[in-house]
Amino acid sequence: MAGATGLRKRAANQVARASVTEPPLVRGILTAIALIFLVVFLILPITVIVAGALAKGVQFYFQALTEPVALAAARLTLLVAVITVPLNVLFGLAAAWALAKFDFVGKKFLTTLIDLPFSVSPVISGLIYVLVFGAQGVLGPWLQAHDIKIVFALPGIVLATVFVTSPFVARELIPLMQAQGNEEENAAIILGASGWQTFWRVTLPNIKWGLLYGVILCTARAMGEFGAVSVVSGHIRGLTNTLPLHVEILYNEYSFTAAFAVSSLLMMLAFVTLALKHFIEWQHSRETNLTAES
Amino acid sequence: MALLIQGAARPVLAAEKKNVTLLNVSYDPTRELYEDYNKAFAKHWKEQTGQTVTIHQSHGGSGKQARAIIDGLDADIATLALGFDVDALFSKGGLISKTWQSKLPENSAPYTSTIVFLVKKGNPKAIKDWDDLVKPGTGVITPNPKTSGGARWNYLAAWAFAEKKFNGDAAQIKPFMTKLFRNVLVLDTGARGATITFVERGLGDVLIAWENEAFLAIQELGKDKFEIVMPSLSILAEPSVTVVDKVVKKHGTGETAKAYLEYLYSEEGQEIIAQHYYRPRSKAVAKKYAAIFPAVHLVTIEHFGGWQKAQADHFADAGSFDQIYQA
Repeated sequence: MAGATGLRKRAANQVARASVTEPPLVRGILTAIALIFLVVFLILPITVIVAGALAKGVQFYFQALTEPVALAAARLTLLVAVITVPLNVLFGLAAAWALAKFDFVGKKFLTTLIDLPFSVSPVISGLIYVLVFGAQGVLGPWLQAHDIKIVFALPGIVLATVFVTSPFVARELIPLMQAQGNEEENAAIILGASGWQTFWRVTLPNIKWGLLYGVILCTARAMGEFGAVSVVSGHIRGLTNTLPLHVEILYNEYSFTAAFAVSSLLMMLAFVTLALKHFIEWQHSRETNLTAES
Repeated sequence: MALLIQGAARPVLAAEKKNVTLLNVSYDPTRELYEDYNKAFAKHWKEQTGQTVTIHQSHGGSGKQARAIIDGLDADIATLALGFDVDALFSKGGLISKTWQSKLPENSAPYTSTIVFLVKKGNPKAIKDWDDLVKPGTGVITPNPKTSGGARWNYLAAWAFAEKKFNGDAAQIKPFMTKLFRNVLVLDTGARGATITFVERGLGDVLIAWENEAFLAIQELGKDKFEIVMPSLSILAEPSVTVVDKVVKKHGTGETAKAYLEYLYSEEGQEIIAQHYYRPRSKAVAKKYAAIFPAVHLVTIEHFGGWQKAQADHFADAGSFDQIYQA
């Protein structure tokens, strides 16, 4: 889950690799199992999506992607991500800062609370907002009286997405900041730096890779979220449909090829995420090696 | 923040506006119908008033859609699978008046449909009537009556058949229904989901479906793959429509919304309805399409004492569906 743990694991693997003692047969079987698993659960579905998307030719593929309703869905998906990610960066930074650098009553409770969106089913996450902001909800009558729309409109979709993706940045940063401790910040403050200076010059450079990693995961999930968004969207074509919802609609309309074409967009997004993730890990390990050598 | 607060300050007088936007919240199988109808109505309205009307669509299981409107989905128009779901807009949401059903002709149901069987081409299991669905080894696909409007029509049609067959003897009707639902392989949440399960994933020997949904599946996926079987007895399904009074009052779209629904009863509206395999109300149009819609013995919802009673008897908790499904 956490990039920092991933990085640490990689270092540990390098140590372990030299001391492999299993017989070749065991290694062979384990590799085969992993490969079969990969083929059945990853490569096969991806092939099906690509083949399905191109079943009616390249021209149809691009036609499906540039349809007004598909474009509207893509726009909405991007807009939701653009609003969601900065909000969660702020939240993640604040939460990780508080948890890693300070001691206070209820710290354990807050740590658990941050994980809540991971353990709650996305459908429930969406439903919470309908129950609070819906017309029959707690705040419903007040919102209606003031003509403010939350659910079945952009704000609801953003809220649900923020909730579902809120742990990503915080979960990345907490272990990282905890491991780094307070020494550097204390030193900076003793040398006369202000709070902001300490943050920009000391804390942020130390956590930038972890933060970027969290941002990428958060973005990917924000664009791909289905369950929670499905509950609060209202499914109005061209207005409140995100890309994942659009795929479902196309599939239900017997437009299988178009559904696969739009799916392939989401799939490419996943690949970009993976590539970025690798790039960041590579950059990070290069930087740590450099510091280690110097 | 301005981005987050939308929908504020809409002008109130429809007649003064150049553009009108309507939201039609409907159930699953009507997507294609309303896509065509919206174009026809937009043209008609432009000719009549000079206004440009844009109609947005939202589709899903009928019960779920009613729930969404009650929870604040701003539907100007609700076109749902059954009167019971429209009733909920009054009883649970206070969004329409109690007398909604008498505001438009024909119980506010501009089109009807019925429940048929969709089987694989050549009918390999020789399925002819409801009797054949309870035979061991027959895989049946139907959605869940708890969540799907279409599924409730399916269930009641089967019940009506059993009732006739066993002369109303409840001791025999319930085991019949139990046997039928033991044969159900997948209980999808909505009608379209069930159709996809049958035609695309190839599960089951027979799909109990809306007549229009069965025709559409054949049209989309090929006449060489499936055929329709008409049972000896079925049910007259009346999908109901209404203007959502409270919403159109807020949007100032009442006039257009009313015209939108009324135009469904026009010659052109009925023609589009028939083209999408819904049974038209207009006698003239029905005559023209008589070859597609065979006459069949149909019971109505009144046979079950209306939707409120049918819902309480069969689909509420501990109703007949719970009894036969757990038996």
